[in-house]
Amino acid sequence: MSDKTNRRDFLGYSFAAVAAVGGAASLVGMKKAWDPLPSVLAGGFTTIDLAPLKPGNPGTFKWRGKPIFVLKKTAEMENSDRDLVVGSDRFTVAIGLCTHLGCIPAWKDQVWKCACHGGEFDASGKQTFGPPPRPLDLPPFEVEGSTLVLGNEGPEAKKIADFLATQA
Amino acid sequence: MAKFEKANSVGEWLDQRLNTTLLNKVMMTEYWIPKNINFLWAMGVLLATTFVILIVSGIFLMMYYKPDVNLAFDSVNYTIMQEVAFGWLFRHMHGVAASVVFLVIYIHMFTGIYYGSYKQGREMIWISGMLLFMTFSAAGFSGYMLPWGQMSYWAAMVITNLFGGVPVIGDALVVWIRGDFNVADATLTRFFMLHVFLLPVVIMGLIGLHFYTLRIPHVNNQDSEDIDFDAEAEKYLSGNTKDAKVIPFWPVFISKDLAVLGIFLIFYFYLVFFHYEFAIDPVNFDPADSMVTPAHIYPEWYFLWSYEVLRGFFFDVGPIKAFDIGLAAFGFANAIFLLIPFLDRDPAILPAHRRPMFFIWFWILMIDLIVLTIWGKLPPTGTNAYIGFAAALAFIVIFLALPIVSKLDAKKRGV
Repeated sequence: MSDKTNRRDFLGYSFAAVAAVGGAASLVGMKKAWDPLPSVLAGGFTTIDLAPLKPGNPGTFKWRGKPIFVLKKTAEMENSDRDLVVGSDRFTVAIGLCTHLGCIPAWKDQVWKCACHGGEFDASGKQTFGPPPRPLDLPPFEVEGSTLVLGNEGPEAKKIADFLATQA
Repeated sequence: MAKFEKANSVGEWLDQRLNTTLLNKVMMTEYWIPKNINFLWAMGVLLATTFVILIVSGIFLMMYYKPDVNLAFDSVNYTIMQEVAFGWLFRHMHGVAASVVFLVIYIHMFTGIYYGSYKQGREMIWISGMLLFMTFSAAGFSGYMLPWGQMSYWAAMVITNLFGGVPVIGDALVVWIRGDFNVADATLTRFFMLHVFLLPVVIMGLIGLHFYTLRIPHVNNQDSEDIDFDAEAEKYLSGNTKDAKVIPFWPVFISKDLAVLGIFLIFYFYLVFFHYEFAIDPVNFDPADSMVTPAHIYPEWYFLWSYEVLRGFFFDVGPIKAFDIGLAAFGFANAIFLLIPFLDRDPAILPAHRRPMFFIWFWILMIDLIVLTIWGKLPPTGTNAYIGFAAALAFIVIFLALPIVSKLDAKKRGV
């Protein structure tokens, strides 16, 4: 009798184990089906020419579907360790999405103001009002002469990223 | 096998095989509803009807809608609105029904809260109903994305970004949900699938569950009287319909319901034909643009209260970021209604007007929800930010106070 019970238990456990492996494997498959496609991940590089930018008037560029703000700072604007220094000019480079919930802040009266939930960022990309939890994010970039190439993290970007990491 | 005799009619033939007579009794003619109810008890049938309207109008929209970022906007605003015969009507019916369905859901919910129809055996009615509210919210949001206008795009952006607040995996989760680094084609196609298939199927299952949860505890009534349904049903069936406290669902209760439904549908079609614009934001007639956020964005009216709870907390508290506080409050707001049966510590089922403290609590909650809804639509600047903060904080305090408030009422009655 007990032999029979064990045999049935064994069959039951075997069935459960096979079903669990199959179930887990299909969950992995379903999860991966929702992942970004390779063509999306490959999404290219964007080159930005810094020369035509006017001080105090940020340019907006598109990289991997996201807006990138590049602001050439005026002499009156406060310096920050976040500044990208190219020659004698100082720039703020940032992903132009509010770090709260991703709306695009607009440049108004020397600050980036987010229409969605009222967040504000100063000329150095630092949050100064409202819900944003951190400064505007930094895209990975390399500096080549007076152009920025977005996509890979060069030494200049690394330095600023390290500074931002200390700001949390 | 059962013995089958020759049937004399189609009805009899079906009855032999499917027991339709018994089914009809169980589901309709001997499903008992209390007599002592008012028009607020008709909301269930209104909701079921509105859901059917959504399905039928949705089927017609789906025949021309194209879930592709390059085609979606024109397939709605040109093909459906201008070319398809009555396409405009189906779109307006779908949009307006999606909006009023929430109005009726809220009336249904607050009727339940007012009359205490969620406790002493009725917890599962309440919980399955709240699950329906959540899936309807998800269906509303995923559907809002489909016309691929500016409001569609930025609502999708904001809502998907909410998942970034999940600890550790947040950022990766957002990319996974979207299937791209930002809201893009992959996002639109998968939300189309959710909107037209997975969520409606889940909703249908939950509606079945919601109906079933009513069978054993039965429907509550205006005075929360404890009715012996078996005894009252017997009275009714023996011909003493006057003294019986119950009526059959079909055809008696439904005839009352259909009267309320008639009034509701007049209101609904008035909106469809003359005021459809309230469900279709003008900003959404600009095609989605990932490089421009509209000057002022806000959700549809039915999400405004929870949206205001989300953004009400606009400043950091010590090391805790405003974003995380808002998100936690938002999570609280969406989960707390589910827990009402367990927060209410008063063991008696009574309408609110016979629970003095709870009565006040109920109307404060209503006022707070209205304030949150109004300020949810205003730009979050200056005084507005502080009113929003106060109302959001009040919302949390109101729910934390419920166990105490309900206990006080019970004590006063000597329970």
